[in-house]
Amino acid sequence: MSKTIIGLSFGNTSSSVAIMKDGVLEVIANQDGDRAIPTMLSYAHGDEYYGAQAKQQLVRNPKNTVAFFRDFLANSYAKIDVSANHRSAHPVEDSEKLVAFKVVDGESEHTVSVNEIVVRYLKQLHTAANDYIGKEIDGSVIAVPTNFSEQQRKLVAELAEKAGLPALQVINEPTAALLAHVSRPDIDAHANKLFVVADFGGTRSDGAVIAYNGGIFTILATMHDLELGGRDLDEAIIEHLAKEFEKEYKVDPRKEERAMAKLAHEAELIKKTLSNSTTTQFGIESVASGFDFSGSLNRLRFEMVGRSAFTRIGDFVKHLVAKANVDVLDVDEVLLVGGTSWVPKVSSVVSGLFDSERTVIRSPNTDTKAIDPDELIARGAAIQASLVSNFDAEEIAESLQPVVTNGPHLAKPIGVKTAEGVTEILAINTLIPIRKTISIPAEGDVLIEIVEIEREIKVETVKPEPKAAGEDEESDWSDDEDEEYEVRSRVVKPGKTLAQLGITANGKADIVVTISKDLKMQVAARSGSEHVAGTV
Amino acid sequence: MSLPALPRDWNKSESFKAVASFTTPEKLAAEPVGPGFLGHARRILRNRTFSEDERLEAERNVKAIETADNDYESEPEDADMLRHDPKDWKSLDQYEVLGLTKYRWRADEDLIRKAHRRKVLKHHPDKKAAEGAGDEDGFFKCIQKAFETLVDPSKRRQWDSVDPKANVPVPSKKTKGDFFERWGKFFEAESRFSTKQPVPQLGDLNSTKAEVDAFYSFWRRFDSWRSFEWLDEDVPDDSSNRDNKRYIEKKNKALRAKHKKDDTARLIKAIDLALSEDPRHRMFKDADKAAKAQKKWEREAGSREAAEKKAAEEQAKADAEAKAKADAEANKDAKEAAKKAKEAAKSAKKKHKRTLRNAIKDVNYLLPEGEQPSPDTVANALADVDNLIEALDDMELADYAGKLSPLTADSVKAAFTEGVQAKGIKPKFFL
Ligand SMILES: Nc1ncnc2c1ncn2[C@@H]1O[C@H](COP(=O)(O)OP(=O)(O)OP(=O)(O)O)[C@@H](O)[C@H]1O
Repeated sequence: MSKTIIGLSFGNTSSSVAIMKDGVLEVIANQDGDRAIPTMLSYAHGDEYYGAQAKQQLVRNPKNTVAFFRDFLANSYAKIDVSANHRSAHPVEDSEKLVAFKVVDGESEHTVSVNEIVVRYLKQLHTAANDYIGKEIDGSVIAVPTNFSEQQRKLVAELAEKAGLPALQVINEPTAALLAHVSRPDIDAHANKLFVVADFGGTRSDGAVIAYNGGIFTILATMHDLELGGRDLDEAIIEHLAKEFEKEYKVDPRKEERAMAKLAHEAELIKKTLSNSTTTQFGIESVASGFDFSGSLNRLRFEMVGRSAFTRIGDFVKHLVAKANVDVLDVDEVLLVGGTSWVPKVSSVVSGLFDSERTVIRSPNTDTKAIDPDELIARGAAIQASLVSNFDAEEIAESLQPVVTNGPHLAKPIGVKTAEGVTEILAINTLIPIRKTISIPAEGDVLIEIVEIEREIKVETVKPEPKAAGEDEESDWSDDEDEEYEVRSRVVKPGKTLAQLGITANGKADIVVTISKDLKMQVAARSGSEHVAGTV
Repeated sequence: MSLPALPRDWNKSESFKAVASFTTPEKLAAEPVGPGFLGHARRILRNRTFSEDERLEAERNVKAIETADNDYESEPEDADMLRHDPKDWKSLDQYEVLGLTKYRWRADEDLIRKAHRRKVLKHHPDKKAAEGAGDEDGFFKCIQKAFETLVDPSKRRQWDSVDPKANVPVPSKKTKGDFFERWGKFFEAESRFSTKQPVPQLGDLNSTKAEVDAFYSFWRRFDSWRSFEWLDEDVPDDSSNRDNKRYIEKKNKALRAKHKKDDTARLIKAIDLALSEDPRHRMFKDADKAAKAQKKWEREAGSREAAEKKAAEEQAKADAEAKAKADAEANKDAKEAAKKAKEAAKSAKKKHKRTLRNAIKDVNYLLPEGEQPSPDTVANALADVDNLIEALDDMELADYAGKLSPLTADSVKAAFTEGVQAKGIKPKFFL
């Protein structure tokens, strides 16, 4: 019998569990019907709540509600940023200088270490997954941010095991998300592509530029902004609501914790609603001094109050691309991940950075077939889980050794000259060894010239053509139309020649380029019964 | 796009020219994720080239498919089954749909999944469409239903409970084979319903007495999960007719209970029958007896005298008993005679009463023949007769009955008039 291994996205704000069963990928809904399950625990009347039920306690019982704790794993108290924790249980330093929380669970107050909190939370997910699948779970594949240290990864695996979910593998979030994306049935899993994966979550933003060549994912650059996320959009709305409330009732709600908790709760709802509709009504009972508060907010307003966060999101992606030493024109696809990627403005800000003819933006607002951004990671982890479920721990460990993972990657693309220019066979950053076959139309005695490809970004300054006299007269308010602007284009041309082959072709020629472990390149060509080959 | 022509100066004898090696590659870490990486890791770790790897993996896949296919033979598909109305999927043999009739309840989950996969490959609507068979996916739906049923343990139990082809009938005398051949199969089949597993089986002539006892005691306390939901009539889900819905639900419930009761009774009867036919029972009994006899003989050989004395005592006791019995018998005869007399008296009394009661009517209430008596006359006469009968004891009854013979109006009048006077009854008719 094959093992039951779940894919687990363990987020700082929310978590998801997915499973591949009989070739069908499913994201698990817990008893509240949630697939994105808030990463929170709450203690009330001697009971433990998790997920949405814990989140609800943020208004009434914030001191006993533990939230935003994942990133504290294996961190000393001195180093952590607690800015996300001011509306829930406050972290404290434990005897080992690590992080803990003081909560009343049961009769009295206890100091619970962050490790213990994680185990308790994962146990809840374990139960939810068990109930959903109806089968004992044998293990998990867990996704964590790329900047998680080895120590943090080990600790996560250890704690998961304690929660009954031994980790077969701990993988990177953006890679998991991308694996889920390229596994979409309508996407060619064999096409070589350069991806930007941008994950906008609740408390943080993480990005990676990933080359996907020959079915291998290679991370070229990563970026993290631990102070940018959906929370900033919430705060912008909270501030807006607080201002409006103060204007109306002459009472400052910011002075009351409970009032702010209520506004925070409503702000997130408003934000989520505005991902689907352009305007929304809200009503909050007894915000402060007994005043109820109701009104409406439209998307435009939201985008204005959240402007600075949106600008930072755009900058984040821009810098990420730059960090990978690539141009936006090199990027084939941008995959938007994380709950905040539901926000239409996030997609439009990101889309604005790329050439719409060159780059496809994958988000629910730009691609009707896009996988829900807050499910991508769990789904990818579940796909990986199904791939490794038949391996034992030793086999997996073996394949994680540097001799396997660390390998030479092509520094330049390799292609073949054609009558029109050059056609790429192997992309830059392709892991060696590699073998690739292409077919090209050919007739008669033809030359197969294998070359390296040089790509260049051409920047042209274009001056608008002077307008015919009289045409411009009424519209001179739009004078920037007359300004010069840049047109950037990506040009590829043949570079260094590596090998030449002559063949008598008959309709088309198949070219196979193989680069072996010892970096020898073999080129073989075939057309009909003709066959030529050689090694460089 | 096309390949350029060979330049004129190309040396045709030399078809390949190595010119330069590619730019030194860069070491980077590949993500150990996805099917592509799995292949890479396999090639590196097993030191295979792409083509070796392809060949070996293809061989392995073929082998995997072969072993999967050799696990069980594919069964021919009945043409009627393929045309079956998917709405009526419940009436199909769920195991036949997946081609598992040789296994039935013995098929494990893996086998069911394998069988399902195989059937899906064969009958998938896309494939049928590709073969130009039109888009009839009726049987495909049945396949999915059968899979859903068999892969879900509780639904599978519902089906297994009523799978008619899995039943082994209670063997009759005519069933071929010896006791073990006839009953072994029955108990093996019934075992599938046991909530407690494993279930002790019938065994053979070499089974020990303890084993046989354990066997029967287990089966007498058999805890069966068999249930009969599968036979339920579909409950209509139209909310307009709640009463009807409730009625059908009730009916289903009652039927399930009845089936369950019948099933329990059936099993108990079968176990009793098996027990009565079980040759080991006589064997164990005979062995037991022989052992006892042996012991007894040894004991007696040791104390012959005592035995003889005991025999004499027993003889005396037997004589006494015989006498008592004879006495009792004699006693019984006397009692019987008395009883007979009593019964005769009783029946005589009845007869006399009847004679008295009928007499007045037989003489037409002392009226000339053919004249209708008035209702009052009849009532009065009968009242006197009844009162008199009531007052007479057995002897007197016989006496008066005698006085009515021969039966004439005069003898009747004389006898009754005398009677009422003698008994002090206030006459209404015999004035
Ligand atoms: N439909 C939606 N529209 C807008 N925002 C949404 C929507 N759904 C979820 N979010 C926001 O997404 C954020 C949660 O993101 P996600 O589920 O990716 O969590 P996460 O990866 O754990 O976050 P992090 O680790 O960065 O804290 C929350 O701020 C939530 O408000």
